[in-house]
Amino acid sequence: MALLPVALTVTSCKREERNFNTPPPNVSEAQTNPSFKNPLEENAYSLSEGKRLFSQYNCNGCHAQGGGGMGPALMDEKWIYGARPEQVFATIVEGRPNGMPSFRGRVQETQVWQLSAYVRSLSGHVPKDAASSRDDHMQGKPPESRTKEQPIKNTSPP
Amino acid sequence: MKILFIGPASVRRRRLGAFAAVMMAALTLTCSRTTNEHPSAGPLTAAAPILNKYTQDNEDGLWTMPAKNYASTRFSGLSEINSENVKNLSLAWSFSTGVTRGHEAAPLVVNDTMFVVTPYPNILYALDLTNAGKLKWKYEPQPAAFSQGVACCDVVNRGAAYANGKIFYNTLDNYTVAVDASSGKELWKTLLGDINKGQTMTMAPLVVKNKVVVGNSGGEMGVRGWIAALDESNGKIAWQAYNTGPDADCLIGPNFKPFYPQDQGHDLGVTSWPPDAWKIGGGTVWGWISYDPELNLIYYGTANPGPWNPGQRPGDNKWTCGIFARNADTGEAVWFYQLTPHDQHDYDGVNEQILLDMPLNGSTRKVLIHPDRNGYVYVIDRTTGQTLSANPFVHVTTSSGVDLQTGKLLVNAEKNTDQVGKVIRDICPASPGAKDWQPSAFSPRTGLVYLPHNNLCQDAESVETGYIAGTPYVGMNVKMYAGPGGHRGVFTAWDPIAGRAVWKINESFPVWSGALATAGDVVFYGTMDGYFKGVDARNGQQLWQFKVGSGIIGQPMTYRGPNGKQYVAILSGVGGWAGAIVAGQLDPHDPTGALGFVNAVSDLPNYSTTGGMVYVFALP
Repeated sequence: MALLPVALTVTSCKREERNFNTPPPNVSEAQTNPSFKNPLEENAYSLSEGKRLFSQYNCNGCHAQGGGGMGPALMDEKWIYGARPEQVFATIVEGRPNGMPSFRGRVQETQVWQLSAYVRSLSGHVPKDAASSRDDHMQGKPPESRTKEQPIKNTSPP
Repeated sequence: MKILFIGPASVRRRRLGAFAAVMMAALTLTCSRTTNEHPSAGPLTAAAPILNKYTQDNEDGLWTMPAKNYASTRFSGLSEINSENVKNLSLAWSFSTGVTRGHEAAPLVVNDTMFVVTPYPNILYALDLTNAGKLKWKYEPQPAAFSQGVACCDVVNRGAAYANGKIFYNTLDNYTVAVDASSGKELWKTLLGDINKGQTMTMAPLVVKNKVVVGNSGGEMGVRGWIAALDESNGKIAWQAYNTGPDADCLIGPNFKPFYPQDQGHDLGVTSWPPDAWKIGGGTVWGWISYDPELNLIYYGTANPGPWNPGQRPGDNKWTCGIFARNADTGEAVWFYQLTPHDQHDYDGVNEQILLDMPLNGSTRKVLIHPDRNGYVYVIDRTTGQTLSANPFVHVTTSSGVDLQTGKLLVNAEKNTDQVGKVIRDICPASPGAKDWQPSAFSPRTGLVYLPHNNLCQDAESVETGYIAGTPYVGMNVKMYAGPGGHRGVFTAWDPIAGRAVWKINESFPVWSGALATAGDVVFYGTMDGYFKGVDARNGQQLWQFKVGSGIIGQPMTYRGPNGKQYVAILSGVGGWAGAIVAGQLDPHDPTGALGFVNAVSDLPNYSTTGGMVYVFALP
């Protein structure tokens, strides 16, 4: 029993690492390698940053806390422009024709990968132990760490 | 559904006596520009003795603007369908618009044609009334797809206006278009805004003399609000007035005489803001415009200041959340009254102005009736801008009343949301207000205003937000819920003289449709769960209902068909801010979705699916 806290501390280390010098995933590699994974999705700090940036860049103004509004819901099973990390990355950078603005030149590449990771955490597609477990604002939906992984269904805009 | 009678029967009877006195210019303002175009139609059936004679005799049976007339009464003198026979009302024909977003527009009827404008992609349909609504032609402006992403509250359109053989309306991507009413050919289009800065256009124009008056939307995107008048013959801008910024931009000059001191001063559209905040401060014009031909003034309300987070914009934030009176020819401001200074809760002032000449304290006053989002029905002298009365029509916690001496809203500071990170609970009314855009109607026969409205409260928390062009500039987390009683909507008959409700019908969902009053003493409205209803104008008793395909957020209208019969029409097709959960397929598990509206209507998907359809009813 005494070993449990120790064990937890050890296994939690990687989750809590802040690797400021780690280069972001290579975009062209992400788009050509079918088994690509965004390493930031396993890092609590990156996911937490993604959550912060999601408000800071006004993503929440359209997508709320994942339920949607002016823009589509991000916490459900429906994906209009693809669910893979590099597809979410492309959606943010390029924008999409039915109203998603392009954030090219407005957001650093690392931050886009953090946002991509956070967006996928909204529907449970990142490890539970790395997903954000608290919300510093008025309680909306349950935190991402308690979000069940949703199936992925490709769909057209509403 | 439950009808509540308010007040003793004796009071109601006294009111009946007062009806005759009440009516008034509302209908004299009905422009007779359009002559009777159904000369074959026989005389109207006998009406009650108190019916305004002018109204009855001049009823043209048409519907050329969403509010029916310049006074915005949404009252028709047609009385073939009445409280006795409305129970027999049946479907005459229907027409699918092929669009699945929120349908907020009123159909128009001119001669033997009905005109219907849809939400994005803003298709204009012309339907043949001599042939069960057969499609004559359609006009497709093909607005930019990107405009959908900057429309705050679904991609709605509130309708078109007809004048001089042309249909005028606005597209979501900021064009005002003129279309030949007989051929469907585009005559001109004028670009008035930039979707990349978050601007859209959703309101219905008003045509005054030879000008098409329009305004912009985008108060949630940090746009700067304006109203503009275009030459109806070629679309050139005759004048444009901003609602924030220096006096010169706002067309405020020597003839500007606001009634109250707090609205008087130089460049208040600059000085009542932090430096430069007025440039992205909102005050848009997405609601209704009325016109008084005698005074030659137009009246319209200005929307919320941006961002919602009030801590980021200390000051009164002029000229947001108020009513402007402007010279219709020049746009010059004549008076302004700020309903909600330094707005805390997104209480836009865009709701309709019903222009009446009303007996008050022994004399007849030219007034406008304005049911505001902040919870009060205002009666304002429309020549001066003086507030004569302001009485609450819902449960209000954000203020305790309006001081009629100073004209000031008595704000309850406990409900202020200036402080970032502090959750304020029990804010009533919620952000969509006691009543949102959904326009009310006035019957000169009963003297009552029929208010379709909400019963919503909310919790809200201000958060910091930064301006990024073309993205939301809101800064508020919101969760709405039903107000006292648990019902989310109400249809209220309001006595504007006594300043009190006469009867109320509680509805489960917010009543997001407009109202229609008729000389047959039947009042029509629709519900978001898909019922189109006819109720007795005098007592609110439900006389008729019809279940349509999708929830109703449109504006009912009535007309005399080419065969002389009276018809009633409504667009169904749920959506809008209240119905975004269905139209936008939002996730009900996030209570803050659609700026917090999802929490209040998370059960709507169980009651309605999408689908735009015109329904037209007549007696068998």
